[in-house]
Amino acid sequence: MSDPIPYRPIAAGSQPPLDLPSYRSTGKRHPMAAPVHIPTTLTEASAPNFATPWYAPHTNLSVVDGKAAMGERIIVAGRVTDENGRPVPNAMVEVWQANASGRYHHARDQHDAPLDPNFLGRGRVITDAEGQYRFTSIRPGAYPWRNPGPGWRPQHIHFGLHGTGFAQRLITQMYFPGDPLLVMDAVFLGGGDEAARERLVAVLDPELMQPDWALGYRFDIVLRGRAATPFENA
Amino acid sequence: MTDATASQTAGPFWHMIDFPEWADLLRADGPNAGAAGERIILTGRITDGDGAVVPDAMVEIWQADADGRYDSGFHGFGRCATDGDGVYRFVTLKPGAVPGPGNGTQAPHIVIAIFARGLMAGVMTRAYFSGDARLGDDPVLALVPQARRATLLARQQKSGLWRLDIRLQGEGETVFLAA
Repeated sequence: MSDPIPYRPIAAGSQPPLDLPSYRSTGKRHPMAAPVHIPTTLTEASAPNFATPWYAPHTNLSVVDGKAAMGERIIVAGRVTDENGRPVPNAMVEVWQANASGRYHHARDQHDAPLDPNFLGRGRVITDAEGQYRFTSIRPGAYPWRNPGPGWRPQHIHFGLHGTGFAQRLITQMYFPGDPLLVMDAVFLGGGDEAARERLVAVLDPELMQPDWALGYRFDIVLRGRAATPFENA
Repeated sequence: MTDATASQTAGPFWHMIDFPEWADLLRADGPNAGAAGERIILTGRITDGDGAVVPDAMVEIWQADADGRYDSGFHGFGRCATDGDGVYRFVTLKPGAVPGPGNGTQAPHIVIAIFARGLMAGVMTRAYFSGDARLGDDPVLALVPQARRATLLARQQKSGLWRLDIRLQGEGETVFLAA
């Protein structure tokens, strides 16, 4: 059996440091030692198949039992590719987010903002053959947090992705263009260099908008790619 | 070429996408119902740099089937939330040995990925099985300094019950792996 083509090394500045003093919670949770670098084996180059009935898509977060959630309806769509620009089909894209008033449907979220019975705030999409995903939701509100001093998280949607190799596993957050809270958010600012942070901000996309119904935002996502194409390696 | 999208923390509310049944890979109504192999429990406690438990982590596993295959249809993926004592727990099959680099063999192992508030990116490690005769030939373990290798070795508590504690930081810090 031939060895899997290795993943590219992480590009400098493209990822956050695990030790990020401006984000207090990293203090006792980040490993002190650097990770041990290992070859890409079959284990890292394989991934679970989520394009099965056990992972049924749930792509409309904006209604519960036919009743519309409060807030600004949005369509979020994009393309999942690897670093070589190749689409990643059958990738599982999971999203979770706060409601329009900035409160999560989560027992431990004690923010004094109303829950919306018509918004649960979680979804799942499997990318198509071109790597495209799309869901309908509500623009989330900003919410307060302690870091440890009081602050506000900018509006964001959490994204989790599984690609074609377990080494591609990614959890990230999508932000909204022009949000004035971005420049004071430790998590966003800690996300890498300026180019890396820019890619975390969705783009308002007229083509995704539906007249009289929803705004549209495009958020393309790039997963790690292999160091060489199979052709180059042959 | 475009660099990979930056990771961001999963935060404290990731449980919105927690489906507790995913922690049991062998559940009767799941993708592996009836799969052949030795049923095991893989469990352990996750602690931080102070030794305090991590009660809000997302833990995922990825593994081969009992014959060491990833392409057999066995769905070797699970997810669970650590509980109030920082404990994760999966029910799964003991994986077989997996092909390794250069026609070599990797000892049976389960990848463990951890995401949490305070982790800007997930960290990954492997659980190997103490006492396995193939550990000495494993090409990944061989890259880990001998003194820290035990942090990747699950120990059998009783038949079928394997435990691997994970220390995110500090004394006895788990070795994390990056492909």
